[in-house]
This record gives sequence, structure tokens and C-alpha cells, in this order.
Amino acid sequence: MPLLKVTIDTIEVEVEAGTTIMNAARQIGGSVVPPAMCYYSKLEGSGGKCRTCLVKVSRSSSKDIRPLPKLVAACRTAVQDGMVVQNTTSPEVMESRQAITEFLLLNHPLDCPVCDQAGECHLQDLSYEHGLEDTNTVEERRTFEPVDIGDYIKLHMNRCILCYRCVMVADQLTDKRVHGVLGRGDHSEIGTHISKAIDNDFSGNMIDVCPVGALTDKTFRFKSRVWFTKPLDAHRECPTCSGKTAIWMKGSEILRVTGRKDKYGELEEYICNDCRFHHKDASDWIIEGPRAIERHSVISQNHYEKLKTPGTTEPEF
Amino acid sequence: MQMLTDRSKVVSDKKMTFMERIYIPAIVKGMFITLKHFFGKKTTISYPEQKREFSKVYRGQHVLKRDDIGRERCTACGLCAVACPAEAITMIAAERKPGEENLYREEKYAAVYEINMLRCIFCGDCEDACPKEAIFLTDRIVASQYKRKPFIYGKDMLVEPLDPSKRIDISARQTENVNKFKLEKRFAHNK
Repeated sequence: MPLLKVTIDTIEVEVEAGTTIMNAARQIGGSVVPPAMCYYSKLEGSGGKCRTCLVKVSRSSSKDIRPLPKLVAACRTAVQDGMVVQNTTSPEVMESRQAITEFLLLNHPLDCPVCDQAGECHLQDLSYEHGLEDTNTVEERRTFEPVDIGDYIKLHMNRCILCYRCVMVADQLTDKRVHGVLGRGDHSEIGTHISKAIDNDFSGNMIDVCPVGALTDKTFRFKSRVWFTKPLDAHRECPTCSGKTAIWMKGSEILRVTGRKDKYGELEEYICNDCRFHHKDASDWIIEGPRAIERHSVISQNHYEKLKTPGTTEPEF
Repeated sequence: MQMLTDRSKVVSDKKMTFMERIYIPAIVKGMFITLKHFFGKKTTISYPEQKREFSKVYRGQHVLKRDDIGRERCTACGLCAVACPAEAITMIAAERKPGEENLYREEKYAAVYEINMLRCIFCGDCEDACPKEAIFLTDRIVASQYKRKPFIYGKDMLVEPLDPSKRIDISARQTENVNKFKLEKRFAHNK
């Protein structure tokens, strides 16, 4: 099978047939990669819901040089030989991305100062880059009654953008999914139907795949802001999973354990709940070294290596 | 050598005249200059009795504001601490329990909030960073102390009193934009 030649933002790349525009762009990397809120390369069938990755195809293929009539979702459109795609070079795409961001934020509460996801939230990054300074709407945001879905995972339905990633991770990782999206349209909500607790061994991965702060770690709840913790690569002998995790420390205390995420915010490996929630002692882990955090991330703003808690800012005499 | 400025004076060690040698005219001239200042406008004030007028945006001791119905505005988001160039601010957050809705505005609040006034450089970055209109610098002066420990101001020193008559007025610091932000419903924070 010959490789297909695609041009994305004037950069040419050769990819295998059946590759989506998104994955072709990821092979180039850098700023040509469209943002994704629902697409997750490790989850089959994900993508196509949030529309943040809309791109302009200005030439369909080498045989058909006409542009595609509408913007297409990069995560769901397969490339053709000779296709020319415009992402950041097209004003139309940037304008639509701004509109999509506005739509995603229609019901999303402005509670980043409270939210534990702040600092590593994809929607925060997206709205920082493409969002409006204020909102055009005056309507109240949709709110839900808080539902308890288990001992380890906190559900904030108000923050959910209905990307379905958590549903897919439960479908594809476990044999029995107990939660899903209930209701339709504006009333859609993540729930467990008959107030059933999510207690699967791998349920904690829902927290990591969630692009926003809708699903957060109860053991880390309000413990610290993400940028005051120090991320380290660590592993342990685990009978159920690979045991390769990222631990988030403050001083000598482990506040949170997550999976290791790549530069697109996707987990490299799924980890089990035992590693995630029950091993908060530094002696449980073999530390490999600090995690590489992007220089522009707020997490790398952390300069609190020595200051742990209030009361330690002034030495004792 | 070429001089960089034209202010240099040529030094000479020529012999002083008799009038110069008795020094009295020079002393009288000096005393006259000193006496002249007795009658001029004074540049100092006697501080505790008299106080100078402060700038409206003087950056003195911080205050953690409460909202109109007395709930603490601070939600311990940590943005002041990360903005602080002197690393003077530390905090511990806690979750609001049912029944405490009249104490704290949001579901998270600062259980401990400390500013080390020895570290603080009064730059006002915390005020700029605050998304909740909670921390403001005021025209109050941080009192001097004999020891270092009392300079660490906790919530007891920072949060303004609940009594509406004892609230700390920061209206001079609130720009037009800030007031617009407060009045317009579409800019209102999430409930």
C-alpha cells in the first residue's frame, strides 16, 4: 500500500491509508495539531462530538481538487492522497473554533478557582487560546443535583462537556459498565442509574481521561492546587496493572497518583485503583525522576519545593 | 586628557590671604545659611500626631474581604501564592460543610491563610491575580514588632471584621472595570 501525501498548514507528511487528519497532524506535531476535547487515540470510537478539531480541507485529493464544502472534524476524517488541510492558517477555522469554545462554555461553570482540574484542564487551555473574554449569553447555566458515584471519584456534572470518554473507558477497559449518559439533550447527565457505586478496579482511569474537572479524585479533593505539587515518575510492583504512574508530591507527602500522560493529555498506560488511591506513602514507590512538564504550563510555575505548609515561611530561631 | 564633563575644577595650592586664614568670614557665612533654614518651610512632620495624606492606591497591609452578606470571598485558589514574587503567601484549603453557607461563599475556602509580612514586598500582584475580589492591599501600615513570628499574619489579622461598620473600605482601589464586573449579571461568578 503506497503512502498518502497530505499537506497540513503547508507542511507535507506521508501517512498510511486510513489515517485521520488528526493523526496525520500529530505525526507532524507542534501547532498544526488541532485541539481535541473528546477524541482519545487510545479509545476506540472516540471523537466527533466536541467539534473543536474542525479543519478546512481546501483540496480533497489529487484527483478531486475541489475543497470540501464544510469544515470537517479532523479526528473523524480520513486523509486522501494529495489532500490539502488548513488548520491555524485558515481564519475560517479559527473563527469556528472560537464559536465552538463558546458553545462548550455555555453551560460550563466559571469555577476554576475551586476546581481541582485547574492547571491541567484541556477546556481551560482551549478557552485561554480561543475563548472570548466574556460571554454573549445572559441565561442561567444548566445545573444538576450532586450525585455520589462512589468513594473515590467525585462527579461534578455541572462541569461535564459530554465527551463520552469516561463511558468509553469503562466499556473498553472493563467487562461491565455501571455508569453512562442518562437523559437527552440539555438534560443529558453522567450517572449510575440506580445510585450504584462505581467500584471497578480500574474505574479511577475515568478521572484521567476526563478532559475537564467533571470527574476528580476524592482523595486529592481540595488538598492542593496542581501547580504547588511536584510531579515525579514512579513505579511499584503491582499485580493488577503495570504500576507505572506519575506521583504528585508536596514536600515528602504524596498527594495524588495519576497515570502518565503524553503531550496530548492521553494516558500512556491505564493504572489500577489500588495504585491510584491506596498507595500515598513515599516508601511504596520507586521514584524514577521528575516528570517533564511543558515550560508554558502553570505546573512549571511551581517554586515551592521547600515551602510545604503555612507556618514554614519563617525559620524558627 | 579630555574631560568627560566640563564641571571639573582646577585645584591650586596657592597661599591663602589673611582674610581667608582667620576663617571668621567663612564661619559667619556658613552660620547665615544655617539660620536661614530656621525660618523656611519645614520638610518634616511630627509623625504620630500628624499624618501625611496617603495615595488612594497606597499598598499597605492586606485585607481578605467578605461579601455583602458577610461570607468570606477567598476560595483558596492559590493564584495569589503563585503570583507572589516573594513567596510570602501560603494556604490550606478545606471543603465547606453543610450549614456553613453563611460563612464561605464557595464550596472551597481557605482554612489557613498566611502572609509573611517580612517576606512581602507589597507589590500588589496578589490583588491583581485574585479572581474572586477577595484580597486587597489597604492604606494601613503593618505594625512593627519585636519578634519575627508575629509578622506572619493569619486569617485573624487578614479577614475583615464581620460587623458592617468595621468593614475595611477599599472602594478607592476598585476601578471602573471592577465595579462593572460586580454590577453586571453576565460577569457574575458561578453560584
